[in-house]
Amino acid sequence: MSQSVSPPASFEQRSVDLRRRPRTGEALIRAFLVFAGLVSVLTTAGIVLVLIYDAIKFFARPEPTLQGFFTGTVWQPQILKFGIFPLFNATLLTSAIGMVVALPIGLMIAIYLSEYASPRARNILKPVLEILAGIPTVVYGFFALGFMTPLLQSIFGKDRVEVFNVASAGIVIGILIIPLISSMSEDALTAVPRSLREAAYGLGSTRLETALRVVLPAALSGISAAVIVAMSRAIGETMVVAIAAGAGPRNFVNWGNAVDGLNFLNPFKAAETMTGHIVRISGGDLSYQTIDYDSIFAIAFALFIMTMILNIISRWVVRRFRQEY
Amino acid sequence: MTVSHSDTYAIEAKDLNVYYGGFRAVRDINLAIEPRKITALIGPSGCGKSTVLRAFNRMNDLIPVARTEGSVTFHGKNIYDADVDAVEVRRRIGMVFQKPNPFPKSIYENIAWGAKINGYRGRMDDLVEESLRGAALWDEVKDKLKESGYSLSGGQQQRLCIARTIAVKPDIILMDEPCSALDPIATLRIEELMKELVQEYTIIIVTHNMQQAARVADYTAFFTVSPDRTGYLEEYGETSRMFTSPTSRVTEDYITGRFG
Repeated sequence: MSQSVSPPASFEQRSVDLRRRPRTGEALIRAFLVFAGLVSVLTTAGIVLVLIYDAIKFFARPEPTLQGFFTGTVWQPQILKFGIFPLFNATLLTSAIGMVVALPIGLMIAIYLSEYASPRARNILKPVLEILAGIPTVVYGFFALGFMTPLLQSIFGKDRVEVFNVASAGIVIGILIIPLISSMSEDALTAVPRSLREAAYGLGSTRLETALRVVLPAALSGISAAVIVAMSRAIGETMVVAIAAGAGPRNFVNWGNAVDGLNFLNPFKAAETMTGHIVRISGGDLSYQTIDYDSIFAIAFALFIMTMILNIISRWVVRRFRQEY
Repeated sequence: MTVSHSDTYAIEAKDLNVYYGGFRAVRDINLAIEPRKITALIGPSGCGKSTVLRAFNRMNDLIPVARTEGSVTFHGKNIYDADVDAVEVRRRIGMVFQKPNPFPKSIYENIAWGAKINGYRGRMDDLVEESLRGAALWDEVKDKLKESGYSLSGGQQQRLCIARTIAVKPDIILMDEPCSALDPIATLRIEELMKELVQEYTIIIVTHNMQQAARVADYTAFFTVSPDRTGYLEEYGETSRMFTSPTSRVTEDYITGRFG
């Protein structure tokens, strides 16, 4: 027998029951939480299944071909031309313009907020950004049409800038996603431990050097995630492009015509994006079961694939650029 | 405190008061640091020793509510004068922190970064090797300079931080409890390193560990805290004297372990 201290009497006599006891509340809450999780998963699965089903239905018709879908330069269901390129191109254009606007501004706001702003300035600026994020997109749409387009016209000339144009919609999409980029990036920047900043300052680095060369790289994975979420948002944005970008696909007679003078990149002409087209067709008086109606599911499925690829890239980027600290 | 020409000191605080908002963290500190010696700042928690240390290279500037009064003279200039650039101050008065905080970059880049931003024009490879040797880390890392600084052990990381600091060639190295996150063996290595570094640099170290102060420091400054929670300098002198015959009763009580 090894040495031991004899326990106090009161301890010896107390009976201890270690048997498992039922906890109904715990089990209920748990079931509810699992259910909540399942709702989102099932919704996603449901949407994807509907998309796939209707897209297959569309391609099962005699007229559209996969080859025509991917290589055609005209989207005109009335004459059974289903080339996705005009819509896809418009989506890429508006999103790219939006990103060009939003990325630098959003990042600069984030760096300002996390590295430079006094608490007071931060307390003013952050709610303003949140308001910007909360404005309904239809308002942004009319902002594009009623303000941005006239502005562009007064700068570049009315003869060059059409009333409906890609640039105006793209710029406003950019403004719309600035809060998204700035707030996600700011979260990433503020998550960088203070000790890293102190290390940099302790070596005699300036605020800018610390922000750009220590804090920013350390937050890169979070920032890349922000950028990709913003890109998904820009690609999926519907209201602004439906109102301001144009009410018909920018079709091209052939590829030569599209590439000629970089015609397809002209930001001052009207073009209809994938989302814009979907909303116009589905909101119109087309009946179900027509090929026009089915075609929007093919577009939607293509859109889904695009954002899914972006999401996969973002997950990869987050892992790839994660800096351990 | 003896008053003498301030150029003979590495750095000298006069009537230094630091406030955080309305709270006075330390009051009326007068402390002259001998060049190329190790000075330890010791005292109980909340006595303001870290605040004083951070006042020596204007690190408190980074805390928005912090305010400093009095002067800290370095090379004949009060570093709190309006025309002084805090960045230049920190370049010459480096800092090693409580928790090792290497940059999330390679070991090589960790050393090269500070030198680069300070416009170092010599051969970077040489500087990296020299600094790592100076921090007694070269032999352990020379074959993996491209690996992340975080691949190292805690003690190695702290020596990497010291190497990074000496790569900028400061006059003074401030160390804020540099061993508190390290095991005893790593601690011993840092202490040995400090004794080597002191031949070239002035070192000021904040430590909670009185044995550490007794082991490494030439001079010891004992801080304590008054009932209103303001820290002040109670006694300052050569370590050997401080630990054997302190003049102040409070110092004696602290050193003998009666409080703190």
